[in-house]
Amino acid sequence: MTASVSLTDARVALVGNPNSGKTALFNALTGGRQKVANYAGVTVERKEGALITPSGRRVMILDLPGTYSLRARSPDEEITRDVVLGRLPGEAKPDLFVCVADASNLRLVLRLVLELKQTRQPIILALNMIDIAERQGFGIDIGALARELGIPVTTTVAVRKRGIEALVALIDQVEANAAVQGDVDWRPPSAKDIRDAHREAERILKLTVRPPARPDTWTGKLDDVLLHPISGILILIAVLFLMFQAVFSWATPVMDLITAAFGWLSMEVTQHLPHGVLQSLICDGLISGVGSVIVFLPQIMILFFFIILLEDFGYMARAAFLMDRVMGGAGLHGRAFIPLLSSFACAIPGIMATRVIDQKRDRLTTILVAPLMTCSARIPVYTLIISAFIPRRTLWGFVNEQGLVMFGLYAAGAVGALVVAFVFRRLFWRGASEPFIMELPAYKTPDPKNVGRNVLLRAEIFLKRAGTTILSMMMLIWFLSTVPRPPAGAAGPAINYSFAGMIGHWLQPLLAPIGFNWQMSVALVPGMAAREVVVGALGTVYAIGENQPGRLAATLSGHWSLATALSFLAWYVFAPQCASTLIVVRRETNSWKWPVIMFAYMITLAYLAALVVYQIAIRL
Amino acid sequence: MDGSLPARNTSDHAAELSAAVVRLSDACKGDRGVVLRVTCQTGPASGGIEQAELERRLLEIGFVEGARVELLHEGFIGRDPIAVKLDDMRVALRRREARGILLELESSGHPTHAMAKIRP
Repeated sequence: MTASVSLTDARVALVGNPNSGKTALFNALTGGRQKVANYAGVTVERKEGALITPSGRRVMILDLPGTYSLRARSPDEEITRDVVLGRLPGEAKPDLFVCVADASNLRLVLRLVLELKQTRQPIILALNMIDIAERQGFGIDIGALARELGIPVTTTVAVRKRGIEALVALIDQVEANAAVQGDVDWRPPSAKDIRDAHREAERILKLTVRPPARPDTWTGKLDDVLLHPISGILILIAVLFLMFQAVFSWATPVMDLITAAFGWLSMEVTQHLPHGVLQSLICDGLISGVGSVIVFLPQIMILFFFIILLEDFGYMARAAFLMDRVMGGAGLHGRAFIPLLSSFACAIPGIMATRVIDQKRDRLTTILVAPLMTCSARIPVYTLIISAFIPRRTLWGFVNEQGLVMFGLYAAGAVGALVVAFVFRRLFWRGASEPFIMELPAYKTPDPKNVGRNVLLRAEIFLKRAGTTILSMMMLIWFLSTVPRPPAGAAGPAINYSFAGMIGHWLQPLLAPIGFNWQMSVALVPGMAAREVVVGALGTVYAIGENQPGRLAATLSGHWSLATALSFLAWYVFAPQCASTLIVVRRETNSWKWPVIMFAYMITLAYLAALVVYQIAIRL
Repeated sequence: MDGSLPARNTSDHAAELSAAVVRLSDACKGDRGVVLRVTCQTGPASGGIEQAELERRLLEIGFVEGARVELLHEGFIGRDPIAVKLDDMRVALRRREARGILLELESSGHPTHAMAKIRP
């Protein structure tokens, strides 16, 4: 049979336990050429690629989320179950399963194979990372294993592309001989079924696998240090410090470069286009809009580089172990720690990083509170207001008062996040905390190619899915701030005559109780684009040229009372002044419900905080 | 609290007499033993999921009767969560979730501490 006569491509699904090297095998099979999308209606990633077998057949390979059982416990595992059982609408039932196993950790995967056999579909068992098992001196009788399980068994080393040809040949052969299958005979296993399957797996294991002569002692030795109550915490802090530094400071030069490049581009266009709406659309709308998307890339890529590296090494599960008790106090999962910490740089990579949390509720709570962490975009706002209103003096001989206020703002955000998480757990999911039961995988050397590929994949996903929406939001905000244009000979800044000006003036009575004047209300509208934009917007409203922060601070201290300034700071601790974050939440949760809830709770908190601060401050 | 112990292998009289049985949730670092029984039908609910569901999850990750368990590490706050060697893999879980796992101790990391937990 040749490719041209085959009516439909064969469909192969990769199934396996987490940490079995399934994704590496997927990359080895498909050459890394993959199509990443979401399954309809959920945020679980669907990864598909193709390969051509020696007989010329095209085979579609689907990488299913890792699982221990078809009895799904998380949205990812539900997808695996539904695809395996052929129940997922719009997803054809696979013709063949390749069950991927970590050759040095077979017990649980054997039970999964026994469960998969109930689907009566052809299965191939691929013993991956066989090199590690051989080095440890495991004696695996492949023939006996195939006989006992009643399915073909082969060995692979996915990262070195070993055994791939044999696996492809096997896929070809099994696919061609696939008999008419019976009905799916699967029901969720009871506790007794699981015990029976374990007993059967144990029997097969005893018969076919000789325990390792030189078992892995590295994992134990490393854990003695990395999970130690003192050294473990110190190392975790050091790792997080490095990560935080990298996301925060290594990204800055690249981000400055991107900003400068787009500034230069904008200048070039200004010089070559006549002054007018078109020029403004291209420079202030399109170029700065694209720039505001691209500028997030360095942080996202650096953060994901660390996350993927640590995950592949096996450290992420250890970090979750060490932080579980701390996060658990606020009703969060141990794995929420890294996303929340990343949100100190920017909530967008932080929210994207919540993918490491399996449970939907834990993930949603983490997403909702992530923007309360003080992101780097708040720094220009805080710096401006603090330099204008807080005296540069030293308290009690050693505390810098400006630094103290800055620290207070950071602390308010972090404490706010933990309190809000605690309240949300009570409010939405009354005490329903998911159990924390997690495999601590053996440490493995990360494969640089795999890490690089995954970082690029994250960047691509961000640009494709969030970038386009962020760009259109930026264009909308540009439109609101520019149109209609001021009448000829009008006095005052142009923004005053635009829709943003109208909205600002309309909002002003609402914001009067928290001490905001109309200039501030107007600046908040373009300030929805990103938090730091409000600095430029205030400059525009007060008719001060850009890049003169010194003059702006002086102007503000002349126009605002201290109460107003403090109220403005309190507002910025909580306010959802970042359209990009809301859009990323929409993308990550696949629904408008959560960004709407996020916007509502944040703006309520911001208003209440500013109200309390202002009303107390004017009475002092 | 669950007072009754499960029926044990009758051929193992000597072991039965000297055996120390603890809940994994009460075990200390260094404790080593075999899973005697996994049951989550009794005791207060652990968080949001049903006890039967918790039992199945424990079974799925490999906490089955006869599995070898060694408590390797404890968290730094309240010695929680715990990391255990479970047959040939490593698993982390909270003590709250480990309540339903009864261990027959073979050796203990902290004899005095563990002896206090022994139930006749």
